[in-house]
Amino acid sequence: MAKHKPAVAASKKADSRAAPAVTAVEMGARQRDISISEFFTKNRHLLGFDNPRKALLTCVKEAVDNALDACEEAGILPDVTVQLEVVAVGSSALPPASQATRFRITVTDNGPGIVRQQIPKIFAKLLYGSKFHRLRMSRGQQGIGISAAGMYGQLTTGKPVKIISRTGPKTPAHYFEVQIDTKKNEPLIHENKQIKWDQSCGTQVAIEVEGRYQKGRASVDEYLDQTSIANPHVRLIYRTPEGETKEYPRAYHELPPSPKEIKPHPYGIEFGMLLKMLQETKGETLSSFLSSDFCRVPPALADEICKTAKVSPRARPRDIRGAIAETLYHTIQATKIMAPPTNCLSPIGEKAILSGLYRQIKGEFYTAVSRPPSVYRGNPFIIEAGLAFGKAPDSTAKPEKPAQPLAEGEQEEGDSELARVIRYANRVPLLYQQSACASFKAVLATTWRNYGISQSRGALPAGPMVIFVHIASVWVPFTSESKEAIAEYDEIHKDITLALRECGRRLGLFLRRRERAAGEFRRRNIFELYIEEVVEACNRLKGGKLPTERLKAQLQKIASSRTGGSKTDKTLGKTGAGPEGLPHSIIVTAEGVDGAASLLPDGSPSGQPLADVSDEIQVKEKRPTSKPGRKQTTKAMTGKKGLGKAVPVPSLPKKGASSQRHTGAVHTGRKAHPTGKKK
Amino acid sequence: MAKTKITRNGAVEKKLIGLADLVITAAQKAKDPTMAIPIRALSNVTFNERKGLLEMGSKKQSRSFFNVGMAKKFMQTILVADALSELQRAELTTSLREIYYRTKHTIQDSHENTFDTQDESDPIIEDLEVSLTALREELHVRAENGGSVVGPLVLGDDGDRVDCAKLGKGGYSVPSIVEPEYVEIRRCTADFVLLVEKGTQWNRLSEDKFWRRYNCVLLTGNGQPPRGVRRLARRLHEEYKLPVYVLVDNDPWGYYIYSVVKQGSINLAFESQRMAIPKAKFIGLSSADPERYELPRNVGIKLNEKDIARAKELLNYQWFQKPAWQAEIKRMLASGLKYELDALANKDFQYLTKKYLPRKLKEKDWLD
Ligand SMILES: Nc1ncnc2c1ncn2[C@@H]1O[C@H](COP(=O)(O)OP(=O)(O)OP(=O)(O)O)[C@@H](O)[C@H]1O
Ligand SMILES: [Mg+2]
Repeated sequence: MAKHKPAVAASKKADSRAAPAVTAVEMGARQRDISISEFFTKNRHLLGFDNPRKALLTCVKEAVDNALDACEEAGILPDVTVQLEVVAVGSSALPPASQATRFRITVTDNGPGIVRQQIPKIFAKLLYGSKFHRLRMSRGQQGIGISAAGMYGQLTTGKPVKIISRTGPKTPAHYFEVQIDTKKNEPLIHENKQIKWDQSCGTQVAIEVEGRYQKGRASVDEYLDQTSIANPHVRLIYRTPEGETKEYPRAYHELPPSPKEIKPHPYGIEFGMLLKMLQETKGETLSSFLSSDFCRVPPALADEICKTAKVSPRARPRDIRGAIAETLYHTIQATKIMAPPTNCLSPIGEKAILSGLYRQIKGEFYTAVSRPPSVYRGNPFIIEAGLAFGKAPDSTAKPEKPAQPLAEGEQEEGDSELARVIRYANRVPLLYQQSACASFKAVLATTWRNYGISQSRGALPAGPMVIFVHIASVWVPFTSESKEAIAEYDEIHKDITLALRECGRRLGLFLRRRERAAGEFRRRNIFELYIEEVVEACNRLKGGKLPTERLKAQLQKIASSRTGGSKTDKTLGKTGAGPEGLPHSIIVTAEGVDGAASLLPDGSPSGQPLADVSDEIQVKEKRPTSKPGRKQTTKAMTGKKGLGKAVPVPSLPKKGASSQRHTGAVHTGRKAHPTGKKK
Repeated sequence: MAKTKITRNGAVEKKLIGLADLVITAAQKAKDPTMAIPIRALSNVTFNERKGLLEMGSKKQSRSFFNVGMAKKFMQTILVADALSELQRAELTTSLREIYYRTKHTIQDSHENTFDTQDESDPIIEDLEVSLTALREELHVRAENGGSVVGPLVLGDDGDRVDCAKLGKGGYSVPSIVEPEYVEIRRCTADFVLLVEKGTQWNRLSEDKFWRRYNCVLLTGNGQPPRGVRRLARRLHEEYKLPVYVLVDNDPWGYYIYSVVKQGSINLAFESQRMAIPKAKFIGLSSADPERYELPRNVGIKLNEKDIARAKELLNYQWFQKPAWQAEIKRMLASGLKYELDALANKDFQYLTKKYLPRKLKEKDWLD
């Protein structure tokens, strides 16, 4: 209907003799309120329910996001179970998961639970939530998510949302079945009773929806994989519709520091917003308004701002309007104000990113960068980037074996694979609208060729590589309500670019070093290969009567004396390391080595002490098993210049690298900076 | 490999085995095995004015095994030497291409091939020719056949009598080795040899029976004449005292083809001794011909940058210093045009046979 109206109007303009025009009175009679739920019923694509496959993902995502938000806010290490079940339609038999059109999604958390009175509104009223009216980093922010999922279920299956929630062992669990009255955007309660529940607290929500289950790109499986990368403190159990159970164990046993709620930062706040705040403030004077309604404006600074703007600090905020307000606005923007406090943000952290990437992605090189906080439109944000590069060591080792000899004109098959970008906002993976997203655009805009990675114009760099980009902010600027892509604010773009460049720079260093080591190996190797050929040919020339072994030995001796002999052997790591004397992976962060801590293979609670001895650590084929009982120590900061010193050929000294790693924690190679970035 | 039986040449085989000895001796002394290879480039070529041919100088480059840049070439050289000695023992001849295939394999425990393309093995064979001072025939390596001959000439090939006057317009395909042991010249009654650059123009002359009318041997090498063709012309010149005339396109490449026939090539200067024909004459197409024969300007082709650069190079070669040659090349550069032999067809299909060559011969209009 909405679509047709403008068309009719347009044709009327074109041909005035057509059907009688509608009078203003008639039009007036048609005007009425549009309920938000009616609006979204029509525009469900705005919320991420455009097709059945995506809808299934969106429902899981909304429920899981809420579960994690709730647990973290309540200070509980999240234990979340996601269950997808195929539901038969009508009386027909249960179809296999890939054919099914209807699913029941059940997400259970061990969070704080929800008080009884709130349950109906939370699950059956759009734009109802606890997160919208505050500046604090959380996954959800709009108050639409879970109720929209419920509404989609109601729309496609007619079934209500079923909720169990319990706030503690002493209170009973409540069971609700609710639907949404789309006209009024109010909940309709179908069922409400106390039940027995084996969990002492937490929430379980079950929604029946029309959907499609298909693995691969932008699937539920991918979403959970990626969630686990960015949330190593979460234990996740996933029961697939095919009946499997996947477990993502907890790798980090501490909650990320709880983000604090903050007041807006004066930078970048819009003029209209300032006017609104001036009207609504509880502050008596302009000075107290500035210092109490914004962050990072101490009273002295507030007075200074007033002075520069030539307004009395004692003026009543409500009286500041028009030209004065404008002067005030510009003065604020021109004043030097401290960056917003960062405790409102909870970045994932370089270590955790490395850990997540390492566990989920097989590669040779990992790195992660957390940028210092920055501000867009008055909202603080932090950009984090990371990458996992290369093939897993064991898969790179394979082609060393007798490869197919190449025919003339034939070339070694290059990997035409491109890098993959995984994007996150407040720890939530973003799976759709990649090309509209600031993160993706920044990856494209980065000149990866500078770091030794090939890249065609306007395309992603060559793989195998996974590029990780995370934005943490008190208010993530999504391009739409479905929270799929990040808007491209200059400040955000700049910070993503800087983070990517740093990752790229480290990767470049790694690649160069590896190449150098490989070059030396090659030199030695060439001679050894050719000696065989030359000796065999000489033997044939001499009629097969040559003492070939002796000749070979003689030549090898010359070769080794000409290529540095045993010294080179050592440099090349021939004395024990991998086949090429190269370590299989190197992990570098700005702070030096994040070796063991991030490399826990099994998610057991204890980390190994961190080696601060050198800037990289080699991971031998056998990944180290963790030492139970040791408490993860937070390492000393080693300063940002860490990598600059990281020159030696990676393989160099590490005979028995793992043992060195233990002792490594004892010598703190570089001086610890007294101020840790993370607390 | 070819079936032709040939006599075993102990000297060449010994030279090849010498390379193995070089490696063994060096290894015993814990020295880097190194061979010295004469340089095949302009810098190592001198023009012997008295003899009228190019001679190779004494500059050598060393090729060492334990040098990253040379290791592979060294290994390849030994492999080729091995294959060549195998040919000697088996008394077989073969082509450059077969040598390439014979020596190509994947090096053990690697993905590396001993040779990736024939471009790598061909120069190594030439290296061996010059450093062992063995002729290619002595190494039992054939060049491509690529040449034809017709005319009053009787040859003996593998015991067969080949009368080149009775082979229709296709003629006899000149083998790559025409040494007396392989090809015998039984009779030749011609007055001169005409060596034509292009097969197309040779066809024209053969079809028109030009050779019968003017009593000559018609030879072509389809471009840069292969050794067999050059060597046959040289033998006719030497053994039957026939003058040799060279007919090429009017462009720098044509001039160079002529100079190779006359003085020898830079690349294989050491073979000039038995290949070059210092008395060969350049009969056309000359840069003076378009005017003399009234060829319209529109059948010329504009010289491109490469042509111009090459022509300027020729101007500097010692063996192009005769004033007539300097004038010839400068005239071409001045006109900015080059002409193909085929362009003569603009006047008449048989212009070459009926007008151009007869007049040239009559006027003795050639360059030395
Ligand atoms: N599992 C849960 N445990 C505790 N509280 C919850 C849970 N799920 C939702 N809530 C509460 O319900 C509110 C509404 O959730 P909803 O998903 O609709 O919106 P939101 O998470 O605030 O924002 P968004 O629309 O961006 O998801 C939340 O703000 C939160 O306070
Ligand atoms: Mg939510």
